[in-house]
Amino acid sequence: MGATHLPSTEFDGTGLDDQLEAEAEAALGEPAAEMVQLLGPDGTLGTDSVFSKYAERLDAEKLRGFYADMAAIRRFDQEATALQRQGQLALWVPLTGQEAAQIGSGRASQPQDYIFPTYREHGVALTRNVDLAELLRQFRGISNGGWNPKDTNFHLYTLVLAAQTPHAVGYAMGIQRDQRLAEANGLAESGTAEPKAAVMVYFGDGASSEGDVHESMVFASSYNAPVVFFCQNNHWAISVPTAVQTRIPLSNRAKGYGFPGIRVDGNDVIAVHAVTEWALEHARQGNGPVLIEAFTYRVGAHTTADDPTKYRESSEEALWRAKDPLDRLEKYLRSEGMADDAFFEQVAADGNELAAYIRKSTYESDTPDIRTAFANTYVEAHPLVAEELAWFEEYSAGFVGEDTAEGAGN
Amino acid sequence: MTTMTIAKAINEGLRATLSNNPKSLLMGEDIGPLGGVYRVTDGLIAEFGADRVVDTPLAESGIVGTAIGLALRGYLPICEIQFDGFVFPGFNQITTQLAKMHSRSSGNLTVPVVIRIPYGGGIGSIEHHSESPEALFAHTAGLRIITPSNPHDAYWMIQQAVDCQDPVIVFEPKRRYWLKGEVDTEAAGLAENPFKAHVVREGTDATVVVYGPLVPVALAAANAAAEDGRSVEVIDLRSISPIDFDTIEASVKKTGRLIVAHEAPTFGGIGGEIAARISERAFHSLEAPVIRVGGFHMPYPVAKVEEDYLPDIDRILEALDRTFAY
Ligand SMILES: Cc1ncc(C[n+]2csc(CCOP(=O)(O)OP(=O)(O)O)c2C)c(N)n1
Repeated sequence: MGATHLPSTEFDGTGLDDQLEAEAEAALGEPAAEMVQLLGPDGTLGTDSVFSKYAERLDAEKLRGFYADMAAIRRFDQEATALQRQGQLALWVPLTGQEAAQIGSGRASQPQDYIFPTYREHGVALTRNVDLAELLRQFRGISNGGWNPKDTNFHLYTLVLAAQTPHAVGYAMGIQRDQRLAEANGLAESGTAEPKAAVMVYFGDGASSEGDVHESMVFASSYNAPVVFFCQNNHWAISVPTAVQTRIPLSNRAKGYGFPGIRVDGNDVIAVHAVTEWALEHARQGNGPVLIEAFTYRVGAHTTADDPTKYRESSEEALWRAKDPLDRLEKYLRSEGMADDAFFEQVAADGNELAAYIRKSTYESDTPDIRTAFANTYVEAHPLVAEELAWFEEYSAGFVGEDTAEGAGN
Repeated sequence: MTTMTIAKAINEGLRATLSNNPKSLLMGEDIGPLGGVYRVTDGLIAEFGADRVVDTPLAESGIVGTAIGLALRGYLPICEIQFDGFVFPGFNQITTQLAKMHSRSSGNLTVPVVIRIPYGGGIGSIEHHSESPEALFAHTAGLRIITPSNPHDAYWMIQQAVDCQDPVIVFEPKRRYWLKGEVDTEAAGLAENPFKAHVVREGTDATVVVYGPLVPVALAAANAAAEDGRSVEVIDLRSISPIDFDTIEASVKKTGRLIVAHEAPTFGGIGGEIAARISERAFHSLEAPVIRVGGFHMPYPVAKVEEDYLPDIDRILEALDRTFAY
């Protein structure tokens, strides 16, 4: 499967031109020809021969949950941006515009799956029950991680682009081996086997150019690893448009590695969920890797240190705002009578509560001590670290004495 | 003489290079319309076009590797790596290919590639944005490594790096990008070549060797020490490979005491190399062991504690106290 969703024409000469034209149009916000979409920007639900049946699994409660998640993470994003502006965070990486790609995919994962994010996957973190206050510790400059990945199977953020993609494949190879061991030990028959698991790894359209992505796809393919590559094509790698990274839809690259690639409307939470559910099941069943390209848009700046007016037109942003993932789900929920004003008011109130919690916990977060960095450099005792720490203690003690002396003088 | 920041001086140096040298070109992530994340290449794409100022795909191995190919074909690529911590996907190309092409070809091939890397801490940033990996490159033969500490050097060093037939890495002290100073753009170049150290403050009692971001820190420490009646000489190393040991040796023969400070971890750092060489070359002139001041043996720590990590005025003064205690 998947093949019907891949344009087959881009490899012959004339087709390539058409494809590039389509891509150019797509860059302006037109949906690409071969893209899975279920919920359109006008809030009406379409059909898809493969994925509609996954959408049918979603009841009203689940859909309301998707909306609540998307609204919560957008509210969190606003709060974090405000905290950065107030100097409470060193930097913030906003996700507005990408809520559907993240909530849809994250909600398709199961607790036994393991997720490797990049650094913008706050929505996925929410779906994995990561405490969002802990997630901010890295951006506040008090931790290089902030949460324990073992608690939620949501790995730490990775700032060196694409470096996590081979980790994901290795982890998936581990899952595969565990499964073989379990089979060899007859655990499946005895009913004591753990549920089948897969790995999902996130990266951006920019990161897709790094060699690590290529190598990880080669490994994934060679060993048929249960891994889903989830590329959020938000159209910009800081100031560089996707066209500099690729001339064909990114999802098509999968074909070259020999596994399915699917482009999905990344602003359509229902389609993202359906496609990701399919891909994770495909991987868990032992059918190998899948690449999903979520076609979406980074509405705001790359980070709070960035200035998008330097490299893109605001009209482009406006085009994408018209495809807003929350608006379209709201339209659908209302038109189907699945949610009313009271629901949306409650969601807004919950968002404010989350924001208040985030603000409070950020203000109250403890100031770290460099001694913990000494302690965590190695697992086992290390003489050089011990020596340097001893020097540091002696050196610091000198200042304490001075301070006290000054204090006494006052 | 014009006053400008280090960032602007590099920008002007690149502009001069692109104007004077039709085969020179810039390559890197976000260096085009955005002008680089530090705006060091601001305005250059408008002036020279996308063929000379190339916004590359996001791939450091690709940037350095293709720069090598361009250089083999007679071009003069100047690569920008966005941050110190992101050079490593390109490390393989830099250390196994760029550094060794000349020697592997028995001297037949040259690859005059320049790689600019903003480096160092003190900007309150997150992981991988504050590191000082210079020793990792200095250990590799075939690379030259320089680091300006003021706008005048920055303006000329980048141009001379491009003129140099060897690969040159220019480590740019990012927390000093906004440091202003006078630049003599009318001069014929640097008074001495960019691989020579400068005595930036004369003194008679002790020598402090620093480079890049720590130069202002060492000068401030020397001024503070002067209030205690100690005359401290400060040397701006400027070049990390090669190291101008002659200038350091001459200074130590005068002062008898040496402190080397850098932000990079002390262990395995440039300071150790200087300490060893000077111990060999000026053993009988030393009144005290060479003292190193640097980062700790840990990954660069989180921003909220980086002040505890980075050598500051007090750390240099403490080292001075120690050397005078002998
Ligand atoms: C190896 C590496 N090179 C450069 C950077 C600097 N950098 C941070 S984000 C970014 C753009 C990333 O774009 P993309 O992969 O599309 O993800 P997005 O931020 O758009 O979600 C760059 C160049 C980095 N973090 N890592």
